[in-house]
Amino acid sequence: MNLTLKVWRQKNRKASGKFVTYKTDDVSPDMSFLEMLDVVNEGLVKKQEEPIQFDHDCREGICGSCALMINGQPHGPKKATTTCQLHMRSFNTGDTIVIEPWRSVAFPVVKDLAVDRSSLDRIQHAGGYVSVGTGGVPDANEIAIPKVIADEAFNSATCIQCGACVAACKNASAMLFVSAKVSQYALLPQGQTERYERAQAMVLQMDEEGFGGCTNTYQCEAECPKEIKVTNIARMNREYFNAEFLQDKKAHV
Amino acid sequence: MLNSKIPAGSLAEKWSKHKFDLKLVNPANKRKYDIIVVGTGLAGASAAASLAELGYNVKAFCFHDSPRRAHSIAAQGGINAAKNYRNDGDSVYRLFYDTIKGGDYRAREANVYRLAEVSVNIIDQCVAQGVPFAREYGGLLDNRSFGGAQVSRTFYARGQTGQQLLLGAYSALNRQINLGTVKMYTRSEMLDLVTIDGQAKGIVTRNLITGDIDTHSAHAVLLCTGGYGNVFYLSTNAMYSNVTAAWRAHKRGAFMANPCYTQIHPTCIPVSGDHQSKLTLMSESLRNDGRVWVPKTVETAEKIRKGEIKAKDIAEADRDYFLERKYPSFGNLVPRDVASRNAKIACDEGRGVGKSGLAVYLDFADSIKRLGQPAVAAKYGNLFDMYAQITDENPYESPMRIYPAVHYTMGGLWVDYNLMTTVPGLYALGEANFSDHGANRLGASALMQGLADGYFVIPYTVGDYLATIGPAPVDANHPAFAETKKAVQNQIDKFLALKGTKTVDEYHRDLGKLIWEYCGMSRNAVDLVKAKQLVQALKVDFWKNAIVVGANEEVNQCLEKAGRVADFIELGELMIDDALDRNESCGGHFREEYQTPEGEALRNDDDYTYVAAWEFMGENMPEKLNKEQLIFENVKLTQRSYK
Repeated sequence: MNLTLKVWRQKNRKASGKFVTYKTDDVSPDMSFLEMLDVVNEGLVKKQEEPIQFDHDCREGICGSCALMINGQPHGPKKATTTCQLHMRSFNTGDTIVIEPWRSVAFPVVKDLAVDRSSLDRIQHAGGYVSVGTGGVPDANEIAIPKVIADEAFNSATCIQCGACVAACKNASAMLFVSAKVSQYALLPQGQTERYERAQAMVLQMDEEGFGGCTNTYQCEAECPKEIKVTNIARMNREYFNAEFLQDKKAHV
Repeated sequence: MLNSKIPAGSLAEKWSKHKFDLKLVNPANKRKYDIIVVGTGLAGASAAASLAELGYNVKAFCFHDSPRRAHSIAAQGGINAAKNYRNDGDSVYRLFYDTIKGGDYRAREANVYRLAEVSVNIIDQCVAQGVPFAREYGGLLDNRSFGGAQVSRTFYARGQTGQQLLLGAYSALNRQINLGTVKMYTRSEMLDLVTIDGQAKGIVTRNLITGDIDTHSAHAVLLCTGGYGNVFYLSTNAMYSNVTAAWRAHKRGAFMANPCYTQIHPTCIPVSGDHQSKLTLMSESLRNDGRVWVPKTVETAEKIRKGEIKAKDIAEADRDYFLERKYPSFGNLVPRDVASRNAKIACDEGRGVGKSGLAVYLDFADSIKRLGQPAVAAKYGNLFDMYAQITDENPYESPMRIYPAVHYTMGGLWVDYNLMTTVPGLYALGEANFSDHGANRLGASALMQGLADGYFVIPYTVGDYLATIGPAPVDANHPAFAETKKAVQNQIDKFLALKGTKTVDEYHRDLGKLIWEYCGMSRNAVDLVKAKQLVQALKVDFWKNAIVVGANEEVNQCLEKAGRVADFIELGELMIDDALDRNESCGGHFREEYQTPEGEALRNDDDYTYVAAWEFMGENMPEKLNKEQLIFENVKLTQRSYK
């Protein structure tokens, strides 16, 4: 396959960036998208030029590192697929492919296609946990959880923190991500004691990071590589409003 | 000279007794101690969180943008624990026995028993954190079976147990970060260890965004930096997984143990071409319901390779379910080393399938017939999807093609029973150490060991050392910090001066091919000697002819890779030395000269029941072999049989 790539190049956070065009031939349809970029990079290094920076690691669709906007779509054209699991057979020879980083105030560019997503970590620092220390916990089977609840919590827990939901959203909202985290704990019995404080703390941090609000476009759900559902957002809103109405601590009484 | 510090007493009482004998640090004094944790995967995140909960000041480092990206995240199948929830005869002793036997009797009894003992606490801990393990309709936890065991003791979370366990440990870490007890440094790579009077007192790191070289002091340093499988270039490890932190510590005095023990996982997606950057594992749990086979004859296999016929065209009578045939009692669930070697044998005989002939079938047709497609999809759906994504083939309709690939390294930094390396104050946890899996790791045991070390071992053992050295602050102005920093800077300058013609990735690929061919699934003395010369030549060439573009004061992937590949080349040579020294076959180390008439690994217990702990003697000097004799008081060493 022969391809024309238009790649966003930006030296660092402060520098201004621009698209640079690269021609590549000899692309095999069995290559992954990132392997195609590896080949381009190897060619650049051979010419003593700086390779294109992009985040990636496991290349199995689970670490959530890879994050490319491909022809305007987060993770490219294939449904429920991360960039690293996207193969070149999804493209045709002669195609022009535009590759950009995630765009959001809360995700400043690190270099080229790599962005800083530490805002997502900070939201979890604020409350994305059950306050339980190591040791002194009950036997695992003393906490029985109906399978249907466990499965629903699991569906939320499959989020890989890639940020595609933010990149997809016209408001750069992180509500799909945050709501998946809130939902996992709100559904499980282990998360009950802190459920309202958690929802408040995580939403507050989300707002502080500069993410936008949800206006129900559902683009996040359409682009999520793990198919996290927008019903999580509804659940988070419910948690948050309950906490507000019931003044958190009173919520338990 | 090597003192493993295994406590006296009966096997079952060693850990309890030891915990009582260990010195304690009183709660008011704990905050006077700083502990550095390098790597925040399962072992690192669990250790950092647990130590911070105890009251220590923890500084945690990872080179990712977030701890959640550590490669523990990719573990699929499950985590073992001797809960005996199935009422099928499991016990701490049986998990211990299976692990010792699975490791081909090359692990320490005391460590393995402790691992089995704390395995039950891990499940409790994870459930309390909200880890969504698979459950049955009654609401209680589900289990499945895994290779090398005849009981169902594996807890799992669909095909992403690693992600869910890591998110659990990460959430515990996040809680401590929020409380201010853990200071988290992301995108920071450890490049050297600082020692003062032979004791670990800090590290030197490079900020991967700015290039800043920083020093950090502490009373103890914990390396939780994973394994070195990427020495093979192609492996199931993540692209960034590397040996640098462990290797630099090795050069500062930490012995490297059993580096030739590497695990080749039997069920991976075969290589599709030269562009391949990494390999993808298909969980071992698939062997519960998938049957491994190749055509009975070379002629049939030939037709498959040419694309003249398909798998389903081959009659039942013309198929060889070789694992079921050779190992009737364990069948498709033999341990990984046995399954891998038999796949290689079938392909070497010319009976391999796929275009390259380097693949065997993993067939679910029987299970789909027996259980129905929805039941199979419920168990393995995400794995089947992943397979389809990568190969463009539908595994519900035609069998998967699989081939062994490098997956895990049993070797690692030598540690005593307290997980301390030969450098006082330096600890190694999880895959970074050598301690619990002997010459072969059983499935679902890596997650168990990482979390055992982090949650339930290090919180006890590190206190003993800290109480001994006392809480006086570490002198951050000691010249050792400036000297080590200077050494790191000099090395970076040397890398940046490389303006040759060959990319670092090309060197990495060359190294990988070489180690895979000569020190991979099977080895022999003649080839190993040859490989040693080739690796030495590669090293010389690297330092003359590699290309590193860019500067230090920026994001520079060339520079990052150069450091990692330089270390892999040196490690590769040591792996070869270790494989040459060990004139026996055991577990993942198969020396062709030493096999039973049936082609199984033939150990030499009289001469090789030892841990080989290698000591760095200086640049380009042969390493010195130190031996820790393994003493078996409880299990009888037998020829491992899964027939």
